[in-house]
Amino acid sequence: MGNNRVLVVGGGLAGLAATMKLAELGIAVDLLSLTPVKRSHSVCAQGGINSVSDMTRQDGDDEWKHFDDTIYGGDFLQNQPPVKEMAYWAPKVIDLMDRLGVTFNRTPEGFIDRRRFGGTLYKRTAFAGATTGQQLLYALDEQVRRRESEGLVKKYEFWDFLGPIVDDNGRCVGATAQDMVTMEIRAFPADAVVVATGGNGLIYGRSTMSVFCTGSAASRCFQAGANMGNPEFIQVHPTAIPGADKLRLMSESARGEGGRVWVPRKANDSRYPKEIPEKERYYFLEERFPKYGNLVPRDIATREIFNICVKEGLSVDPNRMSVYLDLTHISRAELDRKLGGILEIYEKFQGVDPREEPMKIFPAVHYSMGGLWVNYEANADGGLLPGSPKNQSTSLPGLYAIGECDYQYHGANRLGANSLLSCIFSGLFMGPGIVNWMKGNKAAVDLPKSIFEKAVATQEARHKKLLSNNSGDENPYLIHQELGDIMTRAATVVRDNKQLTDSLEKIGQLSERASKCGLSDTGSWTNQNVIFTKAVQDMFPVAKCILKGALQRDESRGAHFKPEFCMPSLSATDPVAKRAEAEQWCDAFEENNKKFLKSTICTWNGSDPVVTYEDIDTRLLAPRPRLYGLVGGEVIEQVWNERSAAKAKDAGSKQLVGAT
Amino acid sequence: MIAPGNEASAKRRPSKVNVRILRQDGPGLPGYWERHQVDYEPDMNVISVLQKVAAQAKTSEGKNVAPVAWDCGCLEEVCGSCTMVINGRVRQSCSALVDRLLEDDANEIELRPMTKFPVVRDLVIDRSRLFRSLQRVKAWVPVDGYYDMGAGPRISREEQEQNYPLSQCMSCGCCLEACPQFTKIELQRQPGETAEDYAARKNASFDEGFVGAHAISQAMLFNAHPVGKNMASERMDALTSAGGVQDCGNAQNCVAVCPKEIPLTTSIARAGRAATVYSIKKIFDR
Repeated sequence: MGNNRVLVVGGGLAGLAATMKLAELGIAVDLLSLTPVKRSHSVCAQGGINSVSDMTRQDGDDEWKHFDDTIYGGDFLQNQPPVKEMAYWAPKVIDLMDRLGVTFNRTPEGFIDRRRFGGTLYKRTAFAGATTGQQLLYALDEQVRRRESEGLVKKYEFWDFLGPIVDDNGRCVGATAQDMVTMEIRAFPADAVVVATGGNGLIYGRSTMSVFCTGSAASRCFQAGANMGNPEFIQVHPTAIPGADKLRLMSESARGEGGRVWVPRKANDSRYPKEIPEKERYYFLEERFPKYGNLVPRDIATREIFNICVKEGLSVDPNRMSVYLDLTHISRAELDRKLGGILEIYEKFQGVDPREEPMKIFPAVHYSMGGLWVNYEANADGGLLPGSPKNQSTSLPGLYAIGECDYQYHGANRLGANSLLSCIFSGLFMGPGIVNWMKGNKAAVDLPKSIFEKAVATQEARHKKLLSNNSGDENPYLIHQELGDIMTRAATVVRDNKQLTDSLEKIGQLSERASKCGLSDTGSWTNQNVIFTKAVQDMFPVAKCILKGALQRDESRGAHFKPEFCMPSLSATDPVAKRAEAEQWCDAFEENNKKFLKSTICTWNGSDPVVTYEDIDTRLLAPRPRLYGLVGGEVIEQVWNERSAAKAKDAGSKQLVGAT
Repeated sequence: MIAPGNEASAKRRPSKVNVRILRQDGPGLPGYWERHQVDYEPDMNVISVLQKVAAQAKTSEGKNVAPVAWDCGCLEEVCGSCTMVINGRVRQSCSALVDRLLEDDANEIELRPMTKFPVVRDLVIDRSRLFRSLQRVKAWVPVDGYYDMGAGPRISREEQEQNYPLSQCMSCGCCLEACPQFTKIELQRQPGETAEDYAARKNASFDEGFVGAHAISQAMLFNAHPVGKNMASERMDALTSAGGVQDCGNAQNCVAVCPKEIPLTTSIARAGRAATVYSIKKIFDR
């Protein structure tokens, strides 16, 4: 590929998958990361990775159903071709990871073992104990180290990405970055830049995310002209362990392996949990959702746990809201074999053995479904066209986004064990498209030096201004705390327009204050203070996108829940009245979809995001109501199916699929 | 391992936590102790203490200072970032709970950087040698490539249960800090030396030092893999050359400090036996 180089920013699953695939295609890669790539946040993923397997296939499962579950679980907010392609690649991704030596749990006969995860009725999830993300990341890290030894990959670890470099034609031709040890700022000319920088949980102060997940890299791309998609969709994981510095994840696999969520039926029941008899326990997920039980999709489990504590007053701990997640009915040996990693985390940080005593858990901010808007090119089958340079490309030509920092795969709510898949898939699949993108363009290294010098000068000016300490004396750590408090209150489980409006105003003021930070370290060696301050400042554009996107979306969809705009349960008992009510329900549903079955698109005007909407590509699956646990759901489903059948007949289309 | 209940420590909650930190402004500069005091909160760990220290940027004597630099990531003991020496013991700072540490010494918590790696600043150390060791032993499966070629080899449950603990190594470096045979290698960049030349000189120097328990264990992991073992002889070359498994002095400190309880000494014993067989075989194969 001659002089061509690609810069990959971020070394989690997506960034490493992209790096190794590009290296295989003969492309030289500079891999830039805030941390040694082996320590990236993907290590925290616990439960597993989804695909259809030979076993589930024989129970009637196939790739199409994995695709359908993902779209339905995401409340139809995804463009369908990329999701379809991912579901069809999933078995191949797991085969590849298996070949790379991932220590997946095995059946007694030596096949890859599977567990069940949320939002599906099939046991699709392959896992390596309860540290699947770590194991997958290490396998990719090892392959990238191999390519590094061969000389095709050059790692820049402890470097902070400062922003894309855009030439006069609006093409991204590299990036600026800063060495976090020497504080040197330099340009990395590149023929394509791939950002794989993960989620933005730190905007919420404490979350299940690692300290690197500030969202600042995506924000810097956004401020340089790349659009954001669906920023308001933030997954709050139902089960986390509250902590002073972090909310530690308690994997969905705990429920996948039979863990049961409950509270005492009586409020303020102070008995030791194991002394509370079965009939006095309220297994509220199992009672309310008989079909999926404890494995309802995450947005639903989160709201139920939140409500049972906040609205119904049944928290098991008077001082700290929580419910029980109970594994004590499962044998120690089985727990250790399948869930050892997460049980150790609970034991180490809480000082209680979850094999003996139910865990106390509560929801926490966990995953950004939204992120940088990316494009795709569909093929005739409604999947993706391999090798298209459009796949995963942002609205800034030459800038690509993959993994959690793109918006493409999970819609309004991500299903458990689909994130590892989307990260590895998007990283692998994008490679050939980048090769084709680079073909028509002049190599970045041959461009005038002035483009790069100018970009470096801009970043140096920002850096020097901060170090000069002339702007004010605001404390960046305290600003971050305030931001986290506002965001956690306004934009997590339940959203309210008045609060969102107030919060937008507060965030605007706080953003002003953040521009007046005073530094306690003005040195030029390993200055973590200035790196953090820049990250905090760059959280604001994304925080504004989240709030504004949430404010303008007057509906409830997946993780975005506004009680004021919520499709009600049916109240009538008489069959005829119930039928009429269901008809009205379906009318309202269709009306709402006309308005809001759209991607939120944010563009940056220099100080604020501007929100527009884009139609969703539903070429494969017609949207249908998501009815998990809704009273009267079966009547709505019937009405909906009849309407769909009538429409299909009208249109002569065979592609509409009714609610199942 | 069950820690004592929270009730016991709740009884004597202090209002402040004192912490003594060994600081260093940069490579090659002298270290100095500094005392900080932060408000006590229930369920604190060393990370939350350091977060408060950074936000205050003020010593217990009230002197304004630059925030203490330290390294951290996941905060749940799977990323390996936050290793330091806490009350004299090498460990992860995220899982070092303040209530437990105050049981050692109620007056003060002591934090120092690891001693076997060059200090970058304060508690931040440069562990690039640790990753270089993984290159030395070629710790990867040499697959043909990343195209779809079907499933991997069948692995028995027994093999998986033997390999999984080894593959949990998070490269934190605790085993190396505790190892008497692993001694610090610290180089300075020469004036006029390019970054590439400096990196190459460092690697050459690292390659002469002891490879370390973590890397020996990884070599054993990949030698046990059906495809990984195609490179077993290359790994054994690395483990039988200078700085290889023969440098292990059998102090067994590594296994005692490993936060993931990886059976490192079992791996080293296996490597030692394999090295003997390999060396003899090499003599006869000449």
